[in-house]
Amino acid sequence: MQITVDMNLCESHGQCVFAAPEIFSFDDEDYLVYEATASDDLLAKAEKAAAVCPVRAIQVHAAAGQGAA
Amino acid sequence: MRRIVVVGASLAGLRTAEALRAQGFAGELTLVGDEPHMPYDRPPLSKELRIAPLDVAEDLDARWLIGRRAVGLDIGRRTVALEGGDTAAYDEIGYDGLVIATGTAARQWPGQPLPQGVFTLRGLDDTLALRAELTEGRRLVVVGAGFLGSELAAAARELGLEVTLIEAAEQPLQRAAGSQVGAYVAELHRAAGIALHTGCTVREFRTAPGTDRIGSVTLDDGTSLPADLAVLALGAEPATGWLAGSGLRLGGGVHADAYLRVLRADGVPEPGIVAAGDVVNLPQPLAGGARLALGHWADAVEHAGTAAYSLLNPADPRPHQGIPSFWSDLHGVKFRSVGLPAAADEVRVVELDVASRRVEVTYHFRGRLVGALTARRTGRLAAYRQELAPRVGEFVN
Repeated sequence: MQITVDMNLCESHGQCVFAAPEIFSFDDEDYLVYEATASDDLLAKAEKAAAVCPVRAIQVHAAAGQGAA
Repeated sequence: MRRIVVVGASLAGLRTAEALRAQGFAGELTLVGDEPHMPYDRPPLSKELRIAPLDVAEDLDARWLIGRRAVGLDIGRRTVALEGGDTAAYDEIGYDGLVIATGTAARQWPGQPLPQGVFTLRGLDDTLALRAELTEGRRLVVVGAGFLGSELAAAARELGLEVTLIEAAEQPLQRAAGSQVGAYVAELHRAAGIALHTGCTVREFRTAPGTDRIGSVTLDDGTSLPADLAVLALGAEPATGWLAGSGLRLGGGVHADAYLRVLRADGVPEPGIVAAGDVVNLPQPLAGGARLALGHWADAVEHAGTAAYSLLNPADPRPHQGIPSFWSDLHGVKFRSVGLPAAADEVRVVELDVASRRVEVTYHFRGRLVGALTARRTGRLAAYRQELAPRVGEFVN
């Protein structure tokens, strides 16, 4: 699956880091870093991360054949 | 279940409605909101004085009763009474399933009738009315230095107003984050040019001579502060007035169990009723099972899935196991929190530095971690949250 984060919206709330630590983390200055491509095994966690983002900055696109997220 | 009514059309109500659809509910779905607006996000109202509509799922297929206030609930007949309709036909709506998500209302001034120019802030219309008055150079008095009052004072100062902030406790944010963080925030406020008065209360709002508009604020020690406008930020109270006499258990919110099933006065869950968001009073495992209504954005979102599930699967409910979290941006410092700092009996400061804007503070109750607060150290919150995670399943029964 593909993950995109609008870094203009991101305010480093950290909810995505809590929901899917395999994908999202912070650097030392609290800027979000994330895996743009992740295993589809993590789809449910990634979708949770997108749902709990207070600024809705995260978009998740399942791999072809898995249906749109 | 054929008809579900969601009372409250803000974050918790909307997300619960969406979760009901996502979990397969295909019946008639009605959302009731007392404000004449579609759902919007509350945090930007005080943090940025900005109106931010909430996304609504395109396939929600709901009936919206907007600008309609719920005024009563009859659990025997399974009806909600509404006011504000065009026709009598809508005065009562029936439900098979009910979601209570009416949130909170701003605590009102207990004393005298207020002059013009004194605002409370809870809804969108409050923010629009206040924002129109926030012009550079005017003198604003903010009463209450919790999160709302502190954020508003900071935002108004940024707009160039002369801001005075009044707080009854010894420090801002003291109850929510402890006196050390409170002292830190006090320093941020003062460095930004806000006049902060702590340990004092307001005795009176006085009108300007010959007008019905505010001219000054008198403190309990007799100090008179000239003011062009004032904001009351005295906290919020769960909006449960419409549930009085319904037979549900109330007190600091509507009481629910860990499955977000609403309890009757006899302590038994009332079939077909769940609650979500700021209005819910839940046992908090991190506070030793004490009941609290928290009023956090992230909790409202976390409640939605659980409340929907409990309503649709009464024989097999799943407990809510979310970990509370909140945030606040003050003078460029992005405070981020997990757990229940307000439940602590001990605060440990790892780092609390004004120059670097770095904060890392942990909160403990009887020696156990119950929460953490950071700024520019937010990467460390995940580990604290991990430590709290196993404990949120306690007290489920």
